[in-house]
Amino acid sequence: MAGFFSQLKQGLVKTRQNFVDKVGELLTGRRKIDEELYEALEEALIRSDAGVNTAMELVEKLRREVKNRKLTEAQELREVLQELVADLLGAGKPLNLAEPGPTVILVVGVNGVGKTTTIGKLANYFRREGKRVILAAGDTFRAAAIDQLEIWGERSGAEVVKQKEGADPAAVAFDAIQAAKSRQADVVLMDTAGRLHNKVNLMEELRKVKRVITREIPAAPHEVLLVLDATTGQNAIQQAKLFRETAGVTGIVLTKLDGTAKGGVVLGIQGEVRIPVKWIGIGEGMDDLRPFVPQDFAAALFSGLDEAEG
Amino acid sequence: MFQGLSEKLQETFKKLRGKGKLNEADVTAAMREVRMALLEADVNFKVVKDFVAKVKERAVGAEVLESLSPAQQVVKIVHEELIALMGGAESKIQISPKPPTIIMLVGLQGAGKTTHAAKLASLLKKQGKHPLMVACDIYRPAAVKQLEVLGEQIKVPVFAQAGRAAAEIARAGAESALRQGADVLIIDTAGRLHINEELMGELQEIKAQVQPQEILLVVDAMTGQDAVNVAETFHARLGLDGVILTKLDGDTRGGAALSVRAVTGCPIKFAGVGEKIEALEAFYPDRMASRILGMGDVLTLIEKAQQAFDEKKAAEMQQKLRKQEFSLEDFLEQMQQLKKMGPLASIMEMIPGIGKQLKDVTIDEKDMAHVEAIIRSMTPDERRKPSIIKDSRKRRIAKGSGTSIQEVGRLLKQFEQMQKMMKQFAGGLPGGLGKGKKGKRAGLPFVR
Repeated sequence: MAGFFSQLKQGLVKTRQNFVDKVGELLTGRRKIDEELYEALEEALIRSDAGVNTAMELVEKLRREVKNRKLTEAQELREVLQELVADLLGAGKPLNLAEPGPTVILVVGVNGVGKTTTIGKLANYFRREGKRVILAAGDTFRAAAIDQLEIWGERSGAEVVKQKEGADPAAVAFDAIQAAKSRQADVVLMDTAGRLHNKVNLMEELRKVKRVITREIPAAPHEVLLVLDATTGQNAIQQAKLFRETAGVTGIVLTKLDGTAKGGVVLGIQGEVRIPVKWIGIGEGMDDLRPFVPQDFAAALFSGLDEAEG
Repeated sequence: MFQGLSEKLQETFKKLRGKGKLNEADVTAAMREVRMALLEADVNFKVVKDFVAKVKERAVGAEVLESLSPAQQVVKIVHEELIALMGGAESKIQISPKPPTIIMLVGLQGAGKTTHAAKLASLLKKQGKHPLMVACDIYRPAAVKQLEVLGEQIKVPVFAQAGRAAAEIARAGAESALRQGADVLIIDTAGRLHINEELMGELQEIKAQVQPQEILLVVDAMTGQDAVNVAETFHARLGLDGVILTKLDGDTRGGAALSVRAVTGCPIKFAGVGEKIEALEAFYPDRMASRILGMGDVLTLIEKAQQAFDEKKAAEMQQKLRKQEFSLEDFLEQMQQLKKMGPLASIMEMIPGIGKQLKDVTIDEKDMAHVEAIIRSMTPDERRKPSIIKDSRKRRIAKGSGTSIQEVGRLLKQFEQMQKMMKQFAGGLPGGLGKGKKGKRAGLPFVR
């Protein structure tokens, strides 16, 4: 577990640095809790893409806690803030896996967030656990998306079920589930084309894909993962809302956390719609996908100051 | 759900009904709302700070125009400053006097570089150019294939080489362009994080090898606060010439546009507005400003209202209302002014909050044309004193306007009612016409 934590920390190092640079200097450089400190904390949260409302709510809660616990030292604020952030993120939830299989995981999101890459990484994760994995090439729209998935299939040792470019993605879903049943696969990872959540037709197409999956296996899809780009601003909240409405999203994969984007958008989302974050993407390698642990995430966000303990 | 900035400001200014100058306290209150609106739109925190300070300076002491409410006046200033900051429409590619013109697309993963390489190639091809695309994304699985498929779709050749470094491929591509007689070279590069030293170095190497006329940063319009870091770093390392803003067909407010422009000073040259190859547009700073502020095209509306109602006429009209002399002639003039603003339906759509409610209401422009025809068929005397219109005059007017006697009668009756109504509150009109009744209509200086 220590290994995992240090890996997580490594991936989050940028995230943490940015956030902590600001929050950190605020919390250590001062002694007393004053108005300026609260304002600065709010600013730091807004800068992390947490959103104006979420930032104000968090700071409001912080004020109340400080009052309740009669805190006076600025340094104590960090722990409280960390608790509040972890609270907001909710308990970490493992993937809902079907016993016996196949577990069907539908992966959705807007264009360019990293759906196909995430599927490649997930395939690798399940293969390492000794699972039999089928990848369904449901992005039949974007040029060469099928080829991209096939390369990930080769890398991870997962079978790819595909049709031609331009084919009906629901038909690909059907084929993949039939293949999974006959080959007794454990996991089906269903790729879909990137679509903006405000495109009604494309969202209806997604609804149909889901319907076909449920028709073939009533309990499926067992997970509908929304892939979100951590560099996204407040629009991520709209994405979460609308994809949940259409596809019944059960979890979020937050990608590209290895950049300077601070990922505060996760807080913003939890403040508006409660969808647990299940994985985070922290690089382009096959192993750069980590289960999301809210406490670790919150701790890593604020722990830049005691680097030594890693 | 989302409340437009103009509505919020309307609330802020509720107490403020007078005209004259904007004072510091009013402006400070308004700027709080402006700041919130910009932050909600994902404009970078620091950019917002600078921007608000600048606008505040300009707004304090500004005259409130006769036809605008104080809230609208503030919005107008904010909007003008936003446009100024984002620059004019500059959707031009610098064409090199010595072909090929080399364009290099750079950006984070998933911003839409490959798609926009093809969109740009297609656009330039339509303008009579002969583009060649070079596939320098040697990392992402099937990225080269993606560009090749797109190239086939738009009938633009693609240059690719396996097993070589990106800079070498770019150079070989440029040489190939010369041989093939291609006059534009579009280089697609791999998505990369701005903090990835090695990959940023690779871009510098490509730049050194082919010396592009245009290095365009491709930015996802949904990007949040981090847009500033990304743009700053790419600009510092490569010296950007422009920006392509993608995925604007989504419902993001697109504050990243402002952030990127503010930190790089580079013009936003194109906007991606759809998945189809043709979905590439020039960038319009005024539209973007309205979008960031979240208020439909209310600004366009304010401008149109300003143009259409010149103040002198408005004052005259006000006098007439007060003296209860409002005639059909005046009514006709009002209609003309309204018409100058464009089709009624589109004017209504531009009003935030009203557009949606009016969705099912059809505004019949034909009806308005009929009314106009009827009034125009009257003699000046009749227009001034509609009471003299009896049956025979009605018949003549109906004939002249190609309508029926019933229609003429209906108009006269409606006008009579309107006059009564005006008498009721004409005396109580506080300021200009635009202020309407109790500030409720303050937002709509043109709806009487």
